Amino acid sequence: MMETQTPSGMTARSENMTAHAPAAAGTTSGALSIVAAALIGLGIIVFAGHLQAQTLHDAAHDVRHATGFPCH
Amino acid sequence: MFRQIATSALFAGFCAGLIAAALQLVFVQPVLLHAELYEGGDIVHFGAEAVSAHPDLPGFDPVRDGLSVLFTALVYTGYALILVALMALATQRGAVIDARHGILWGLAGFASVHFAPAFGLPPEVPGVAAADLVARQLWWGATVVATAAALWLIAFGSGWMAWGAAIGLLLAPQLVGAPHPDSFTGPVPPEIGALFAARALGVGLAAWVALGAFAGYFWQREAAGAALPRTA
Repeated sequence: MMETQTPSGMTARSENMTAHAPAAAGTTSGALSIVAAALIGLGIIVFAGHLQAQTLHDAAHDVRHATGFPCH
Repeated sequence: MFRQIATSALFAGFCAGLIAAALQLVFVQPVLLHAELYEGGDIVHFGAEAVSAHPDLPGFDPVRDGLSVLFTALVYTGYALILVALMALATQRGAVIDARHGILWGLAGFASVHFAPAFGLPPEVPGVAAADLVARQLWWGATVVATAAALWLIAFGSGWMAWGAAIGLLLAPQLVGAPHPDSFTGPVPPEIGALFAARALGVGLAAWVALGAFAGYFWQREAAGAALPRTA
């Protein structure tokens, strides 16, 4: 409903909306982002350091020993 | 925020990974290749004849060492994603993160993923006797998680409840003890095993200090960039 709004009133409303909406969304997406990034990191460590598929083991062999992962 | 975490982690992990790979190729790989001569039976410790402690070792192998560089960069990028995610969590809770604080984070990371597991399972050179692999991997993972949680409680917890829990978490995996073999059957001389463990830990420490500093630096830049008002 825009007909009764003064230009200054509209400005105030839109500022309020932009000030509040990202803050609420930011907290949720922040926690999700932290969990997602950590899980991807964990996946990379498991893939590169711990899975025992033969090709993977042979390719990463020296790194696994040098990085102190249990190997063989 | 995911973009900021991923960007910081990719830069930091790749830089630290390249440093780790270079240090490993210079300091760790020759010890590993030396041990493999014993593992493969090319030379024999305490055989009929005394053998030189300075055998000819294979030089740089583009495929084998190239894969090592690739996987080292990958491993440290994985570590960086977890490290920067934890930095983001700490930032949300009011902690200040920059390159100098990042060094402390790197030391904590080294203690968690290298030093605490090595206290029970020293970085093993090829050819040494070891217990069941899955049992060692489980102990390794549990020790990393418990140690990291303990260091978080020491850094960000307050009061004796938190610090007491931290001490318990640090001690528990070591008191339970790592899985060890029933007998020692490895053909590799103990001198080589000891040098390998020391070198692996030293390179890990250097790489983690670099990783922490890079992660702190890039995270601070990315977080500051995200806080700026958008111009569009």
